[in-house]
Order: sequence, then structure tokens, then C-alpha cells
Amino acid sequence: MSDTILWYATRGAGVVSLILLTGVVVLGIVSAMRWQTAAWPRFLTTGLHRNLALATLVFLAIHIVTAVVDPFTALGWQAAIIPFSSSYRRLWLGLGVVAIYLLLAIVVTSLLRPYFGQSAWRAVHWLTYVMWPVAVIHGIGTGTDPRFAWMLAIEAGCIGSVVAAVAWRATAAPHAAWRRLPAASPQAQKWS
Amino acid sequence: MELIARAAGAESLAAHLQRLGPMPALPSGALIAELEASGLLGRGGAGFPVGRKWRAVAERAAGGAVVLANGAEGEPLSLKDRSLMAARPHLVIDGALLAARAVGANDIIFYVGGEHATAQAALRQALAERPGDVRRRTRIVTAPAGYVSGEESAAVHYVNAGDARPTTTPPRPFERGVGGRPTLVQNVESLALAALIARRGHAWYQGLGHGRARGIGLLTVSGAVNRAGVHEIELGATLSDAAAAAGGLRGDVRAVLLGGYFGGWADLHEQWGLPLDAPSMRARGLALGCGVVHFLASGTCGVEATAQLMTYLASQSARQCGPCVFGLSAIAGAAQRLAAQSAQPGDLDRIVRWSRQVTGRGACHHPDGAAALMQSALQVFADDFVGHQHRRCLTISQPARVAVA
Amino acid sequence: MGEVLEIDRIRCDGHGLCAELLPELISLDDWGYPIIKPGKVPPSVVEHARRAVDACPVLALRLARTAAAVAR
Repeated sequence: MSDTILWYATRGAGVVSLILLTGVVVLGIVSAMRWQTAAWPRFLTTGLHRNLALATLVFLAIHIVTAVVDPFTALGWQAAIIPFSSSYRRLWLGLGVVAIYLLLAIVVTSLLRPYFGQSAWRAVHWLTYVMWPVAVIHGIGTGTDPRFAWMLAIEAGCIGSVVAAVAWRATAAPHAAWRRLPAASPQAQKWS
Repeated sequence: MELIARAAGAESLAAHLQRLGPMPALPSGALIAELEASGLLGRGGAGFPVGRKWRAVAERAAGGAVVLANGAEGEPLSLKDRSLMAARPHLVIDGALLAARAVGANDIIFYVGGEHATAQAALRQALAERPGDVRRRTRIVTAPAGYVSGEESAAVHYVNAGDARPTTTPPRPFERGVGGRPTLVQNVESLALAALIARRGHAWYQGLGHGRARGIGLLTVSGAVNRAGVHEIELGATLSDAAAAAGGLRGDVRAVLLGGYFGGWADLHEQWGLPLDAPSMRARGLALGCGVVHFLASGTCGVEATAQLMTYLASQSARQCGPCVFGLSAIAGAAQRLAAQSAQPGDLDRIVRWSRQVTGRGACHHPDGAAALMQSALQVFADDFVGHQHRRCLTISQPARVAVA
Repeated sequence: MGEVLEIDRIRCDGHGLCAELLPELISLDDWGYPIIKPGKVPPSVVEHARRAVDACPVLALRLARTAAAVAR
């Protein structure tokens, strides 16, 4: 009985983590795009981005702990700490471990940004575009049930929103274009 | 004449030593004291007391300072630095060597604008005439073309990283500059004057000058004069003296640009007796700056001239700070519309607001200088601006296109 | 002693979060760049100032303790 609960908790927490993480990524892009309205200021976007990321960590903790202590999966802590060391679905599970480490690096550098400095923070933050796909693939690969329609719908929704957000960002004019120096430096005009 | 010569060509080391004698062996503390007593002010544009600057670097140096002789001369109307380097390179080198001894530096950089070919060649030749220990401690760095590359933090940034754009201060170069070491960035004319004061004493320098002004200096006189060029004056000489030194005014003149693009306009009739020295001019809200005196012929429209000046200054932004990039561009745009007599209603008010908004909000003083120039134009050419706002030019514009550089 | 807001004008990219979080001291110019009221940060808004410094996406703002520093 308790085994089933743990198993459902693992999968449930995993799905919630995916949805939350997708929200975090989309909000990060919305923030970089400087989107705002009169009713939705920028600090709301960045605040939500941060809070959802921390909420994601909570659900990921549930996801991992329930998976490890579940006697049915016989995973053990090693599988959760060392990537690709489990006997069960080695590759897909291992990707999940990789994603966790990437996420931890991103979160820690963000929480301690003044100490790491802006360039280090930026470099690590761009790893999001590795971390999120890896997490999605982990979710798809470790799914044991036949694909339920609702699960497919959630996955499609998550992937769709990130793809849309990335496309929005990729096609936008760069915000820092004003910093670029013009091609030639004009001579002083002869004016008198 | 001390700083420039009538004869063409660079003064050789032999001629330099014959004219002035050997470089004095003043200890560092004594040299700085002489400069402080002389009241010598810097000639790069800021007018900061030279002795105090050397002392500030010396206090932080602990033997590892750097001297950067600034001969970038990015100000389009100024010719004095390149003329000085071309005519008396050894005087400039002496000044740099004395500065190095005074502040405890073993690394001397001559930062010379790439376009000033004659000056570069003269300096190179002059350094080659010097003994090995001087050659080993000195080098010439070619400054990239551009208005802001002569700014002191930009010069240091270029030497450090090949990027001649100003950096955020603090720390200023005298605290942390080339290679992270305390760096004295000093205009070449200031160094030349320091070399003269070291030989002749502060009393000699104090004995020169008109009225309450002390010392001598170089002006670049241009525009509606008969003999444009670099002229050496005793500070405190008036604007009319400067015009006379340049062969007198050519035709009717109503306005003069003082201090260059970084300075401001003044009404000629009001300022005909203006003593040309930094403190007197500052008291009247004007600036000697780098010694540019440009007379605007009455037939040239001040609004059009100012629009061209502002367009140039906007284009010379290093493009690092939003207020400078957008503010100067907006001001220049409005000035151009006014010059073309196609101004939008409220353009004049917008210029005033934008000028106030950009001042003090960049990493360097470029936007401040541009805004101050604009303000001075609005004052001196007030009637012309109002006329242009109403689609009427009070001056028949005659672009005479006299080449200055 | 007190604290003063300092800004790195080169880093500033005109995001404007600082003005949202500290309207008492920061307003935006015509192009979205911050205009900071000079002088010490009043104790009543110091916490908001800290939030604003933290929220800047490019870390252009900082709170300096020295009274000699001047906000530009």
C-alpha cells in the first residue's frame, strides 16, 4: 500500500516539478525580453521567477526522496547522487541527476550573485538551456506507464511554451544594440 | 617663445640642451614643491593643479608608478599638442622624465594620436637620440582616433586592454591605472611647462602673465582670423590680444567658441576684454579648456554651426551609457531640425530638458561637455534659435569651409 | 554615517526595476535610465534600497557605506 503511495508521490512530484520548471524558464525569458504592462511590473516577473524556482526545489526534493526510499524501485542514494549509476533505466535516470546538479548550480549562483559576480552568474545561468531539455528527456524516458493522454498533454504544453518563448526571444532585436559602435567614425564637420 | 618655434622641424637633442642647459637633478620632493609653488594648472582641459596631481600619485606609488604623457589631442579644433610634440619633443620628454622621477615611475608611455604623424615621428626620432636607459623606460602608444580616446581613463584602458573607452571611476588612474598601478596622466603641454619650471624655478613662471594670471600657455586660434594657428601667450592676455596675435579678425565676428567642442560659445563684444586664463574664465562661466579660441564669422549661422557640433559630439559617444547615447542623439536631432528650420513645436524646451537630464549621468564627462556647449549656444544665439523655431534664419549662412586641422 | 546609492553607469542597461522598487529615490529619464536622488538613503527606505540593489539584473547598483561617495 505505502509502496504505491510513494510511487505516486514520486511521479506526481516529478510532473509538478516539470510544470514549475517550465514556468521558471518561460518567466526567465519574459524577464530578459523586458516585457511589462501597467498592471504587471518587471519586478513581478523576476519575483515569480525566483519563487517558482525555489518551489521547484521543494517538489524535486519530494520527487527524489520518495523515489530513493521506495522499496519497490530499489534505487538507493547512490543512484540519486552519482549520475548513470542505477541499474534501473540507467540513461534516463542519470539524466535526471545531471539536471539536478545543473539546477543547483544555477540556483546557488543566483542566490549568491553578488559574491560570484555578474559574468560567472550569467555563464552558469545560460546552462538553463541544457538543464531544462535534459529534465524533460529524463521525464519522458523514465515514464513507466503507457502514455496517458493527460501526461502527453502536459509534456506537449511544457515543450510548446518553452519553444514559443525561445522563438519569441530569438526573433527579437537585441536590447543592447545601442551599445554597438557605428562602422566608421565620422570626421568633425567643417562648419565655419 | 618657449613651447613652439618659428622654424619648422623638430629641435634636436643638441639644440635643446644648448638652449636650455642640462635637465636639473632635483629630488622628487623638491620638484613637486616647485610645481605647487608655481601654480601650474593642467593643460588637457580640466585645469587641475599639476603639483597636487603629482603629489597624489607619488603618495601612492611605492616605486611602481606609471607616467602617461597624453598627446592624443582628439579635440578637432586643437593643434597645440601636436605642434608642441613636433617642434620641441625633447622638452616633452624632459617633462615626462621629471614626472617619472617625481612620482617614482619606471614606465613612461607617450600616448600620441595616430593622425598626428609629424608629432609621432618627431617623438620617435627624439627618443632615439636619448641614452639607453631612457629608451628602455619609454614607449610610444598610438592613440586611436576619436574624441574620447584622450580622456584619462580611456587612455589607461587602451594601454591595459586595447579599448580606448572611458571606464567607471573610482578608482581614478592616479589610484589604479596602467597595470593596476598609480598612473600620472598628464597633458604634454603641462609636462613641457613642468620641464621649464624645473630648470628656471617657480619664480620664473610666477613672473609671467598679465593681471592676476600667472604663467604662459598655448592657444589654437582659428576661424575668422588672418593667421590661424598655434600661438603662445602669457596667460591673462585678453581675447583681443589673441585675435591680434593671429593677425587680426577677418571681417565681422560676433561669437567665439572657447575651449573647443568641450567648451562653450561666448558673445565677442561682451568678452572682447576677457583675460584668457582658467580661473578668470571660470569666474565668468566660461572655460579655457585646451586653449581653443575659434572666431565665428557673422555670416555663419550659429544655429547651424551648433547643430553640426552637437551631431559630431553625439557620434563620438563611446556608447557605454544610455543617457549619453540617447540624450545626445536626441539633442543633436532637435538641433538639426532647428537648423533646418523644420523644428517641431517644443523642440527648444525639449533641448533644455534633455541637456539637464544628461548632465552628470554618464561614466565620463562627455555628455556634460556636450550639454554645456548646447546651453551656451542657446544663450549666445538666443535670438537665432527663436528665429529658426519660427522658420527664419537671422544670418545669411555662408559656409566658408575653412579647414582647421 | 549612513548609506549612499552608487550606480555603475556603464553596466546600467535601463531595465528599470530599481525605479519600480524604490520610487522614493529613483525615477526614470525619457529613455528609461535611472535618475537617482543624491545624498544619504533615508533609514525608512534602506530595506527597499537593498531590494532594489538585489533586483538589478546587471548588478549596476550598490549601497556604499562611506558618506564621501556621491550618487551620479
